Amino acid sequence: MSKPGSAYPLEKTEQKTETHTMSVLVDNEPGVLARVIGLFAGRGYNIESLTVSETEHEAHLSRITIVTTGTPMVIEQIKSQLDRLVPIHTVIDLTVLGQSLERELAMVKVAGKGEKRAEAARLAESFSAVVIDDSPEHFVFEITGEQSRIEEFVVAMQPLGLVEVCRTGLAALARGPERM
Amino acid sequence: MVLQALADQGVDHIFGYPGGAVLPIYDELFQQDWLKHILVRHEQGAVHAAEGYARSTGKVGVVLVTSGPGATNAVTGLTDALMDSIPLVCITGQVPTHLIGNDAFQECDTVGITRPCTKHNYLVRDVNDLAKVLHEAFYVARSGRPGPVVVDIPKDVQFATGIYTEVSNSQHKSYRPATVGDEDAIAEAVELMANAKRPIFYTGGGIINAGPVASERLRELVRMTGYPITSTLMGLGAYPASDKQWLGMLGMHGTFEANNAMHDCDVMICIGARFDDRITGRLDGFSPGSKKIHVDIDRSSINKTVHVDIPIVGDCAYVLEQMLGAWKAKNLKVDEVALKTWWGEIDHWRARKCLSYKMRDDVIMPQYALERLFALTRDKDVYITTEVGQHQMWAAQFLHFDEPNRWMTSGGLGTMGYGIPAAVGVQVAHPDSLVIDVAGEASVLMTMQEMSTAAQYDLPIKIFILNNQYMGMVRQWQELLHGSRYSHSYSEALPDFVKLAEAYQGVGIRAEKPSELDDKILEMIATPKPVIFDCRVDENANCFPMIPSGEAHNNMLLGDDVAEEDIGNVISETGKVMV
Ligand SMILES: Cc1ncc(C[n+]2csc(CCOP(=O)(O)OP(=O)(O)O)c2C)c(N)n1
Ligand SMILES: [Mg+2]
Repeated sequence: MSKPGSAYPLEKTEQKTETHTMSVLVDNEPGVLARVIGLFAGRGYNIESLTVSETEHEAHLSRITIVTTGTPMVIEQIKSQLDRLVPIHTVIDLTVLGQSLERELAMVKVAGKGEKRAEAARLAESFSAVVIDDSPEHFVFEITGEQSRIEEFVVAMQPLGLVEVCRTGLAALARGPERM
Repeated sequence: MVLQALADQGVDHIFGYPGGAVLPIYDELFQQDWLKHILVRHEQGAVHAAEGYARSTGKVGVVLVTSGPGATNAVTGLTDALMDSIPLVCITGQVPTHLIGNDAFQECDTVGITRPCTKHNYLVRDVNDLAKVLHEAFYVARSGRPGPVVVDIPKDVQFATGIYTEVSNSQHKSYRPATVGDEDAIAEAVELMANAKRPIFYTGGGIINAGPVASERLRELVRMTGYPITSTLMGLGAYPASDKQWLGMLGMHGTFEANNAMHDCDVMICIGARFDDRITGRLDGFSPGSKKIHVDIDRSSINKTVHVDIPIVGDCAYVLEQMLGAWKAKNLKVDEVALKTWWGEIDHWRARKCLSYKMRDDVIMPQYALERLFALTRDKDVYITTEVGQHQMWAAQFLHFDEPNRWMTSGGLGTMGYGIPAAVGVQVAHPDSLVIDVAGEASVLMTMQEMSTAAQYDLPIKIFILNNQYMGMVRQWQELLHGSRYSHSYSEALPDFVKLAEAYQGVGIRAEKPSELDDKILEMIATPKPVIFDCRVDENANCFPMIPSGEAHNNMLLGDDVAEEDIGNVISETGKVMV
């Protein structure tokens, strides 16, 4: 009776955690999102990013894209638990599929004058960010791309008067001609 | 429209309690006589009664309660049904649609509150969806892994008239649970089974849920192989307890032979069970040397806590049939020599007689009371429900079930107060059978008011209280973990159960000496009215064997060992934080 043991898996497992992007096709009915979020909260799973929007109006379908982290066993559980929810049609693990297309949009507000302002504009151009609002004292840039690029851009703006950022969260699709 | 849908779903009993937000439905109930409504005394009781009804018949149980407090009172029952996979449809009244969100009188966010404690739930805002939703609710409740479904109906929708959708036009859009198992996995599984040297079947409530056919197939497969079988609390009765291949229940209070066989086996065939923590004990010590096959209708039960080698998603009844077919087609043979050695080991564990206890002639030992109850009822058509505590575990150990659907207990949630209302539900479904709630004096007070329901509908349920004047299970844990400091576990100020029975228009019987027990039990059985049987038992008896929390299967506490050791020292420091 010396070694710690558990009737519950109380201790943190030493397994490595992984980050996965899942695409979930659901009936667009009231409460679906609450069900999905409730599942994550209730079972203690992580949500790194979550986006949801109706994608097929006629068929009443919405697509939820979730980025989550966990051990491989937890990732498996998340998929099965999602699959079990009644209004959910399909759950696809895009990370397992590999090479999926992932994009995010961000709006980045930067305030400043003179040299800093000019530097912000130059940098934005090199990141292919677009100016969607401006005054002599500020810019709001729109940037779309992979998450890592957006993060780079935000870091680059930090010393140039970064005010605030709004990010949409990840949108993702599998490559190729097939439907999920 | 609600009643039409219930009729089309073949419902003939409904358990409920009225209130402002369901009055239109109650008015319809008043004007018909094919649907029998059982008026309970608390909404929790309605849900447990429907659970007892569902579990003993295999049908979907139906509940009708009002908005606000009616719905919140039902929450415990719904959670219980979710944990134990019981098919229920619970109709809740709601304030009229235009008042939703206004904190109206007796409004609560029923779909919000019940989202995590139902398999699925609906708020019906348009009367034209009502019939379709109700049919869908029945489909969802009974398909796949069964569970409770709530349909919340605002009062204005109840009054409205609209288009009725037939059952046949109510296919669900997305929900299609798998039924048949993957053939390749099954082929692999039967090979593994046939080559096993130390095999064991570990079965659970999934077999009961899959219907009597699943139990039959299980019996066929187990007998054909000659392998030992054990089951969880929820699965008792799927395989006959009187059979020689039966090892008894496994888990925290399971038998020495079942748990040791689980620990030492080389092939574990898990069917319709879910590796719950009460079963596995310490995970890293759980059956370390075995290959595991897991059949479950719910994919999320597979590889949740324990890694399995061959997962098979499907309905137990189908998969068992497929396994039988594959076994026969391949003409597989078991390893007779290895099996003989294995049974030799098992017999050795059996010889330990782990359920033995010290008989006394001055006080009734609880185990003895149940042995006598079993002996005197075994040739009867009997259904057992229980409350939660030591008595529940003793009932699982000392009452033996040869048929499925005869044993109704709150396993997953462990809800004190389940037994009486569940017995009411069972008795409604089986008016001529003997229905006994094996109870503890503390649990039984949680839903005692349902005695009044039993009286109203002439339901002659028998409440057999093992009265130890303690919340025995709590006291046992306090002995094990908290230096026998009995913080609030003594049942103070108990009512006189005999008088209480009489107050409820039933019959009270008390037994205090082992010598009078048989006669009193026979008297109880012969009484055609609800009975509360106050069986005064030894106050200090504890429930063994036991896998202490934080330990593995091969580290069980046995009753006679503990007597010699100081009971406060048997659980390790780390084990103490577990439940
Ligand atoms: C609703 C509820 N509250 C609390 C508990 C915790 N609990 C588990 S067993 C138990 C004691 C039960 O006492 P009793 O009914 O007398 O049964 P005994 O163990 O004495 O046989 C308690 C309080 C529970 N299971 N359910
Ligand atoms: Mg007690």
